[in-house]
Amino acid sequence: MLETLIQGLLLGGLYCLFALGLSLMFGVMRLTNTAQGDFIVLAAFGAIALASLVAAHPSLVALALLPIAFAAGYALQRWVLNGTLGKDPLPSLVVTFGLSIVIQNALLEVFSADPRSLESGGLATQSLALPGGFAVGVLPLLIFGAALACTFALQQLFERTALGRAFRAVSDDREIAELMGLDARKVYALATAIAFVVIALAGVFQAMRTTVSPSDGPLLLLFAFEAVIIGGMGSFWGTFVGAMVLGLTQQIGFRLDPGWGIWFGHLVFLAVLVVRPQGLFPKTRG
Amino acid sequence: MSLVGTRGLTAFYGDAQALFGIDFGLDEGEVVAIIGANGAGKSTFLKSLTGLVKVHRDAVHFDGEPIGGLPPGEIVKKGLAMVPEGRRLFPSLTVEENLKMGAFAGRSGPWTLQRLHGMFPILEQKRHEPGTALSGGQQQMVAIGRALMSNPKVLLCDELSLGLAPIVIKEIYDALPAITAEGMSVVIVEQDVSVAQRVSRRVYCFQEGRVSLEGKSDELTREQISAAYFGV
Amino acid sequence: MARAEVLRSTRASRAALWIGLALVAFAASMPLWAESSWMRDFVEIACYFIFAMMWNLLAGYGGMVSIGQQAFFGFGGYVMLMLGNFAGFNPFVAVPVAALAAALVAVPVSWVAFRLQGGYFAIGTWVIAEVFRLGFANLSFVGGGSGTSLTALRGIDKATRESTTFWMALACVVASVALVYLFLRSKQGLALLAIRDNEVAAESQGIAVAKMKLAVYVVAAFGAGLAGALYFVGNLRISPDAAFSVNWTAFAIFMVVIGGIGRIEGPLVGALVFFLLNKFFSDFGTWYLLGLGLLAIVVTIFFKQGLWGYAQQRWGWTLFPTQRRLVVKD
Repeated sequence: MLETLIQGLLLGGLYCLFALGLSLMFGVMRLTNTAQGDFIVLAAFGAIALASLVAAHPSLVALALLPIAFAAGYALQRWVLNGTLGKDPLPSLVVTFGLSIVIQNALLEVFSADPRSLESGGLATQSLALPGGFAVGVLPLLIFGAALACTFALQQLFERTALGRAFRAVSDDREIAELMGLDARKVYALATAIAFVVIALAGVFQAMRTTVSPSDGPLLLLFAFEAVIIGGMGSFWGTFVGAMVLGLTQQIGFRLDPGWGIWFGHLVFLAVLVVRPQGLFPKTRG
Repeated sequence: MSLVGTRGLTAFYGDAQALFGIDFGLDEGEVVAIIGANGAGKSTFLKSLTGLVKVHRDAVHFDGEPIGGLPPGEIVKKGLAMVPEGRRLFPSLTVEENLKMGAFAGRSGPWTLQRLHGMFPILEQKRHEPGTALSGGQQQMVAIGRALMSNPKVLLCDELSLGLAPIVIKEIYDALPAITAEGMSVVIVEQDVSVAQRVSRRVYCFQEGRVSLEGKSDELTREQISAAYFGV
Repeated sequence: MARAEVLRSTRASRAALWIGLALVAFAASMPLWAESSWMRDFVEIACYFIFAMMWNLLAGYGGMVSIGQQAFFGFGGYVMLMLGNFAGFNPFVAVPVAALAAALVAVPVSWVAFRLQGGYFAIGTWVIAEVFRLGFANLSFVGGGSGTSLTALRGIDKATRESTTFWMALACVVASVALVYLFLRSKQGLALLAIRDNEVAAESQGIAVAKMKLAVYVVAAFGAGLAGALYFVGNLRISPDAAFSVNWTAFAIFMVVIGGIGRIEGPLVGALVFFLLNKFFSDFGTWYLLGLGLLAIVVTIFFKQGLWGYAQQRWGWTLFPTQRRLVVKD
């Protein structure tokens, strides 16, 4: 049982990385990125393509991908998504949904439907011996650590830095924030840029941990979304906890029957929605 | 040449015209009040100065250059700051963070957190509380402090007394001399005529989007003001 | 003394009504002379159109953007199949019954879905659709993950089956259009528009916002269920992946966005455009879908009211007038 719990928490680490970008973009500009999962898959394939070109260690590939992701996120928000923001949620939904379809089919064209993965340089097979007589994989542990670090970093960014203040201000009241000298378009673009860095990281880890195929995106989006809702909106640590709960639930489900893991996660998500719709750790907005 | 001036300023909300040719001037170091009934266009006028309402480029001049319709961020960098109607503090930010946001434009000058703490001690006492946890009057102090943090040359105040008790209004306006001591120019939009007359040198009266009266505060009579206020 | 009158139709729209009736009569004769592939195409497009029209009702008029309407589409399909295969229903009769079932199941679904708003409501409905899909994939008596066939129509000859399916589809199209049109012209429809424009103000005018939203959700579910049941009567084979695929919503979004959301003619124009694009380009597979996605993005950003909405604004075309114009007569 303990092993299941640990596996669940480690899986939760990955889901946290899936979810942080979604939480960030929604928190700053109320934008729901329905292409979140597809961007993760895109990053995964980007890493795979880069690795095949350069034959470098995956960590170097990841490092190279991060600034590219940052720039891509900035550009996307600045020149495409900024135009869809407003009271009506439909335009941003349709555009991101359109992007989802474009990405999936573009990847299908370039890479075909075969599942691929990223050479992890042995990380995926190494394991660490824990007291108590069992072992955990090094890669899942690494992913968990990355999730912890990213959550901490984002939370600190929001609460202690000038940029974080700018994010919170523009999310509270865009007009008055602009009165203070903020350029909302650029602030939004920075938020998405940061979200894309986490997305890239998530994509690299996903590709190392398992195989990816072009149509994986939507399922990853649902996991990210469920983690955010279970944890409660407005809080990065909430998203972290939500991801843990989801990972645990799925792992328990897998143990009971291999076909039930994901469904269990869905059911717990729905249960949380009915019983405590604000999530486990919501941040109340003044 | 006035520090802030408008010539024939017109403004629209969608298809509805709100301002019909406003001529206005504010000299350096002056305190000018704008009075008028609800809907007279006072707030719209201030918003036109700060870029929240788009107007003709040449319609508004600040420090010699035309600024009409520029983005608010650029205007505040030039030294024109506003205390908005209804305070509009950022709910997700603490008092101190709200004040720090005011300094975002990066202008240097005498106004710092310490100085604001001196002027309104409550800002220091409640610095880590969320802005919206304060009373109306205290929130107004935060809003004023936030605008001052940008070290403006001109401060626009939109309905400072709205929703506040007379004793609180007095406390806030008592701080005005400290603000103008080093030559800051101020425009005050007020519904309370007596307060407006007391604190300002000149008064404009707006009525249905037009200037119905203009003159020195201590020279205008109550009858004149009533007539201009209500358009009779 | 001036008299004020509220006008609803225009000359163009009345002409369109007659043309529409003529088209329906013409279409009804198709089984007598048209190729069976045309009729199958029509049934398929009819399903897309009804689904899109209901999605438009939900999103454009109800203000609820859902990426999960396929839950009711698939549910309608499966209920029709179960009634036909196991309860001895005539599948054609089972179609409206299945639609009703979808409408009923929408009520408990709304208890969950309505906890969310905006973009998160959209994704939440997608999760619910996934739950439906996984649920039905675990039911072995309808074939589990690989699905099953509609055996109840085995006894009927091909020509009769195809003609009946075709007429059924035609009837469903006319019924859905009439339903939506009449609903929007009614007092409830006006209330819906008021809610869409300003929910708080509408509430203060005595409009029961929550009830209206539920009503729209249930009607949209009915329509989706109808489309689903109809589709699988035509298709004869159902599987969870086909029934609950998010592509249904993707196509609906595409049709409505192209045609213009919140307008009755929007889904019509969109369905026509979609049908033509499908006819000529679907062989290109991934490139075709990629193109659709790009087109949707471009239209959303540059033609905010959709292509038909653009035409409406530019040239004042209206086929289905739901707006009331106040005309003062002296």
